[in-house]
Amino acid sequence: MPSRLSAVWLVLLRALFLLALLVIIPLLSGCARSRPTGVQAVSGTSPETIENKGSDTIVNVALAWAEDYVREYPEVRISVTGGGSGTGIAAMINGTVDIANASRQMKPEEINAAEANGISPKEFIIAQDAIAVVVNPSNPVDKLTIQQISDIYTGKITNWEQLGGEDRPIVLLSRESNSGTYVYFLENVIRMGEDSDLLFAPDTLLMPSSEGISAEVRQNPNAIGYDGLGYVTPDQKMVAIAESADGPYVLPSVDAVNDGSYPISRPLYMYTAGEPSGQIKAYLDWILTDGQQLVLELGFVPLR
Amino acid sequence: MNVRVAGVERIVKRLSGLRRVRRAGGSEFAIETLIRVLGFSTIGFVLLIFLFLLREGIPVFFETTLDNLFGQQWYPTFDLLGTLPILLGSMLVTVTAIAIALPLGVLTAVFIREVAPEWTRDVLKPIIEVLAGIPSVVLGFFGMTVLAPFLRESLGIPTGLTAFTGALLLAYMALPTIISVAEDALDAVPKGYRDAALAMGATEWQTIWRVVLPAARSGVVTAVMLGMGRAIGETMAVMMVTGNAARMPLSLDSLFRPIRTMTATIAAEMGEVAQGSVHYHALFGVGIILFVLTFGINLMAASAILKKRRRGGLR
Repeated sequence: MPSRLSAVWLVLLRALFLLALLVIIPLLSGCARSRPTGVQAVSGTSPETIENKGSDTIVNVALAWAEDYVREYPEVRISVTGGGSGTGIAAMINGTVDIANASRQMKPEEINAAEANGISPKEFIIAQDAIAVVVNPSNPVDKLTIQQISDIYTGKITNWEQLGGEDRPIVLLSRESNSGTYVYFLENVIRMGEDSDLLFAPDTLLMPSSEGISAEVRQNPNAIGYDGLGYVTPDQKMVAIAESADGPYVLPSVDAVNDGSYPISRPLYMYTAGEPSGQIKAYLDWILTDGQQLVLELGFVPLR
Repeated sequence: MNVRVAGVERIVKRLSGLRRVRRAGGSEFAIETLIRVLGFSTIGFVLLIFLFLLREGIPVFFETTLDNLFGQQWYPTFDLLGTLPILLGSMLVTVTAIAIALPLGVLTAVFIREVAPEWTRDVLKPIIEVLAGIPSVVLGFFGMTVLAPFLRESLGIPTGLTAFTGALLLAYMALPTIISVAEDALDAVPKGYRDAALAMGATEWQTIWRVVLPAARSGVVTAVMLGMGRAIGETMAVMMVTGNAARMPLSLDSLFRPIRTMTATIAAEMGEVAQGSVHYHALFGVGIILFVLTFGINLMAASAILKKRRRGGLR
């Protein structure tokens, strides 16, 4: 009967459609992350427009810079987008942005790709960022060595008792593997800057956002996490860190980063395609001078 | 949903009557063709998506070894692309979610269709439809801030961000689908079946359990399959509450440990991956696995209906 047949077709089509959506949605949600969080409505073709894109760590401070700069120099328009260090650098290599933000240095492959495109990227260090190791405020452990942190994150130490705390299992929290912070932490803390093949333990929880980490650290006395100093909220406890067991244990702070006593801090970068000129140069010069006071307000460490 | 199908059938019948009256007419042909083209284009889109997935995903098989692809380590930053932990993670969460949602959903459908008085049904149905409309990110946030801490404290587990937390949310999300499709299936059981059973002296419960539910079995299977399709493809809520740790869920307590699903992996990593890299192709490879799985599940749902029809049953 034709009516029955049409019912079957409807179900089949509905199933196919649903399935199509199931595939598209994960892909879209991936793309959606690179949508602009922009400051200015930008026409795009105006010669006064500076396109700025990259690291999610830097995006807040980049937005603040753009807002202030545009207020001072209304003839310039600046569009700021997040998406991650890799996204920004790729866009700079493709020539679609003027300035790429990165919380890590460009990889050799990226530099090669840029040179293949006839671009020699220029690097600017625009601020410093301390990586704070955080635990729940009720956790009695308040100091760790880098070696201990490495052992914790590789799964060698699994109970807080082994570190002088309570008898509780350790729950490891990390940012997602696409984050520049993840790579920095792996190379400089877990691998302690050495050439090894240590990895995060498979049990490590990869949180999609800084909020994910702070929410878990806030409510779970078992948790340990790490994040940029600017993202640490008052309801998490920062751990003092020493390079070796007898060395001084230092809490992360702007001063400790500046005098070099806090061991895990990193520079934040901006990259331009070749030597900057005109408005882009003026903007970068402003960031490196007047712009530095905003860095402090957002919890990062200004350049000396 | 079946009510809508019945409505369409009625319109089709009415139109086919009209057609007999004025058979000729170019506009009729044009509209029919248009509808047919639109219908087939849906299939076309699915095919195109699949071809795109294949084009982007196939290269990974040539860029790295099979050992690596089906290995147990997912560290994409270092080109360790073992999909086994995330595949098993997805399955663990989905199967658990369905195990929770199946009895709840089918029994709710039975209650709404067979037991509840008219006015209760009129209240419940719209409420269930509203459930389906809650954005998954809202559920995810609820799961992260309320459900996870609650589970951690009440079950005494190290962290509340576990496969089980994800399964609970997914069960909740699959429920509206399961309830409404199962309810439609019960609705399609002819009144004569119930009348006959009751006339033979069966109690209400016996009628439901022995006559109505078996008669609606294929529809219930479809409901579960569609619910499962909903669950395996869900991304946001799962990403927020399962902890995203790519560990092998093989030990007995895996349900109460963090896991990482395929959807969360794609969503979390696609934004940052360099286009054309091994990792990029691997993510599309994961997309292919996901596509094949959902396609298989939906095919099973559709074939359950077809089989039933061939046997001369209902629907």
